[in-house]
Amino acid sequence: MASTHVVHAHAAPQGFIRKYIFSLDHKIIGLQYYFLALIAVFTGMFLSLLMRIHLIWPTATLPLIGEIKPETYLGLLTMHGTIMVFFVLTTAPQSGFGNYFLPIQIGAPDMAFPVLNMLSFWTTFVGFLVLIAAFFVNGGAPLHGWTGYAPLSALPNAGPGQQLGADLWIASIAIFCIASLMGALNFITTTLDLRAKGMTLMRMPLTVWAWFITAILGLLAFGVLLSAGILLLLDRNLGTSFYVPLVVVNGQVMGHKGGSPLLWQHLFWFFGHPEVYIAILPGMGVASQLISTFSRKPIFGYRAMVYAIMGIGFMGFMVWGHHMFMSGMSPYSAFAFSLMTMAIGVPSAIKTFNWLGTLWGGKIRLYTPMLFAIGFVSLFVSGGLSGPFLAQPVLDIPLHDTYFVVGHFHLIMGVAAIFGIFAATYYWFPKMFGRKMNETLGRIHFFVTLAGTYAIFMPMHYLGMAGQTRRYSQFTEVAYQTKLVPLQTFMTYAAFVTIAVQFVFLFNLFWSMKKGEKAGDNPWEATTLEWTTATPPPHDNFGGRTPVVNHGPYEYSVPGAARDYTMQTDPATAPAH
Amino acid sequence: MGLALLCIIWLITFVSTYFFAAKTWWLPKGVAAAAPSIDHQFAFTYVLMGIVFLAAQCGLGYLVWRYRDTGKARAVSYSHGNTKLEVLWTTLTAILFIGLNLMGSPIWAAERFEPAKAGAVPVEVTGMQFAWYFRYAGADGKFGATKPDLIDPSSGNEAAIGLDTNDAAAKDDIVTGTMFLPVNREVDLSLRAVDVIHSFFVPSFRFKQDAVPGLIIHMHFTPTEVGDYEIACAELCGLGHYKMHGMVKVVSQADFDRWLAEREAAKQ
Repeated sequence: MASTHVVHAHAAPQGFIRKYIFSLDHKIIGLQYYFLALIAVFTGMFLSLLMRIHLIWPTATLPLIGEIKPETYLGLLTMHGTIMVFFVLTTAPQSGFGNYFLPIQIGAPDMAFPVLNMLSFWTTFVGFLVLIAAFFVNGGAPLHGWTGYAPLSALPNAGPGQQLGADLWIASIAIFCIASLMGALNFITTTLDLRAKGMTLMRMPLTVWAWFITAILGLLAFGVLLSAGILLLLDRNLGTSFYVPLVVVNGQVMGHKGGSPLLWQHLFWFFGHPEVYIAILPGMGVASQLISTFSRKPIFGYRAMVYAIMGIGFMGFMVWGHHMFMSGMSPYSAFAFSLMTMAIGVPSAIKTFNWLGTLWGGKIRLYTPMLFAIGFVSLFVSGGLSGPFLAQPVLDIPLHDTYFVVGHFHLIMGVAAIFGIFAATYYWFPKMFGRKMNETLGRIHFFVTLAGTYAIFMPMHYLGMAGQTRRYSQFTEVAYQTKLVPLQTFMTYAAFVTIAVQFVFLFNLFWSMKKGEKAGDNPWEATTLEWTTATPPPHDNFGGRTPVVNHGPYEYSVPGAARDYTMQTDPATAPAH
Repeated sequence: MGLALLCIIWLITFVSTYFFAAKTWWLPKGVAAAAPSIDHQFAFTYVLMGIVFLAAQCGLGYLVWRYRDTGKARAVSYSHGNTKLEVLWTTLTAILFIGLNLMGSPIWAAERFEPAKAGAVPVEVTGMQFAWYFRYAGADGKFGATKPDLIDPSSGNEAAIGLDTNDAAAKDDIVTGTMFLPVNREVDLSLRAVDVIHSFFVPSFRFKQDAVPGLIIHMHFTPTEVGDYEIACAELCGLGHYKMHGMVKVVSQADFDRWLAEREAAKQ
């Protein structure tokens, strides 16, 4: 079955280790990434639960964990953010689903560089282990937050966790960067070189566009973070002073001189802001794909959607300074960064309008994946509209480093991106495992998660307006903040419920692999190439065939056609658009 | 399912909007000269974003319900979009966002582009794990030298910021753990940090600025009401970040002068 005519095809491997562990098959690698992200997301969620418990019961002693001290809390906070941003939001939507479905959606037998692909997964895996190890070393996890601002992150005596724990944290991120660079190269090459006949750029599904642009962002952003991390390691271990000026920690003059704390922030956010789009663009692609499919309508403004993704990707590199309005950076540059940040809201708005335009006049099938896609749009709007507050330096004065910011980014890059992952999971599960996930459990999961996440993250905006600062392990010391604790209590209860219902999802996922309703090759009556092949797809994706593409990706309800969806590979005689 | 979805989206939208509109939780009362213009810009942004929020969420809920598949045969409008509409909403959004930005810019410029005016009270703020210290220049109007190797946080005040007592200009410098300010007089702030980054945040003054090691950052503001206001550190600075708390006491000019004289006398 492995065709020698197909470039890059390789024989299906025999034996468990070559097939499932050190696999070169992009589908297996995609699943490996997905399950790594699944472990990571439950870990990160558990850490957030501990944080929420500590915030409202600061003196409670927890079974197994014991007392949570301020430094424990900050360690949880650092690890929660790092795990979620890198090993969930970057890993699942891009490396997981992208790996599995990008080659199939463009009609390729595999990624361009299968060995590199395997390497990038296992490198990511090592990065995760190194990060988790930070919990178990002397001093524990670092307390400098996921942004690791220097000099705090650069000075081993600036607090517990800043010794070996911080080194491991930096090492983990550096390893992750290397893995992401390998992955990005692979995605870009694959998209450019391995498209099937007829799969022009403007016939690529919007998911492919999103993964492609995300890979370009990754290629440009992770290199910078890698360099920044190496410099930080040098500052910590070899006495250099890239980020540290002359400082005195607890009466002790440190040996550094002349470094710039702001340099770290510039380098970090030059990566950090594109990273936000790395997390959310694949979700946008999935939302577009699903909203079109389940509305049985072509996507509204396909070209506008493509240009919007490009615009977001391009401008995403020119807005990093909006994280630094209060940092001591020149107030004049704040002006420019603010203008660019407001401008990047425009392509985001275009996408929202086009999703609504797609729903308009459709015939909407509200299966679970579609529910999550709708939820994605709702969360994207809610999280997006707090952006124009934070993008204005003058409003950033009261809001910067408060819960308003925490609410903003959790809604838009956290929960919205997670909804994208859920939508993709329910949507592609039948293709990956040959069975559908349970609809009833899926609906319960959706409604509780939607209401629950809003209940957790919407109140953060209120808290932020009232001046509640983020990254406080307790609110006992500042009188005006103590008054806000009742709202924090409500959020913790909401978190309990929301987290509980995630186990319904977990159960559904594994139960459906064995017991779910059997799905055919195209259970959603969708049009893109993954639905033209067997379920699950064979080793070379198309069983020796090479698909020929005759249509755009979202030809639903074409007038005069026999059925309400025209597959991309259907003969060209069907009415062209 | 369409109805359930409409209900939950609308419910979330209305409950969220209620608490925003009712101002159940809100910015603390602003007591600095810049507060009214910042608050105005905030309120304006708030109303505009609120309208967009309501329209988008209600629209989303309505559309999924209105166009749900009920199983009945119905023609679906086959359309790839509408360029006029795309241009229209792109333009409108651009005007809205860029316009908001331009509106807020003069306030930012007034706060940050210009230095403090002549006659402002010079106060130096020093952040360290996990305390704030405030220094007043004394009769000579000059801050004396500080030296890193003299810094001794356990002794507090003058010793904590490493004041060089051999420097003539330092002899009349007053260092305290509580900030005293005269009302309705501009403050010429110099922000420093000795170890890691801290952030000087006084919500009631609508004032926030990071204090960065290696930099002396000059800022200014004018408190407008007598009272006690809380300072909260807003940049993660280590395990005691949550308790890096301070107070600003805004008093009348006479009370301020009296307090300063007492401190000077105590020092001699």
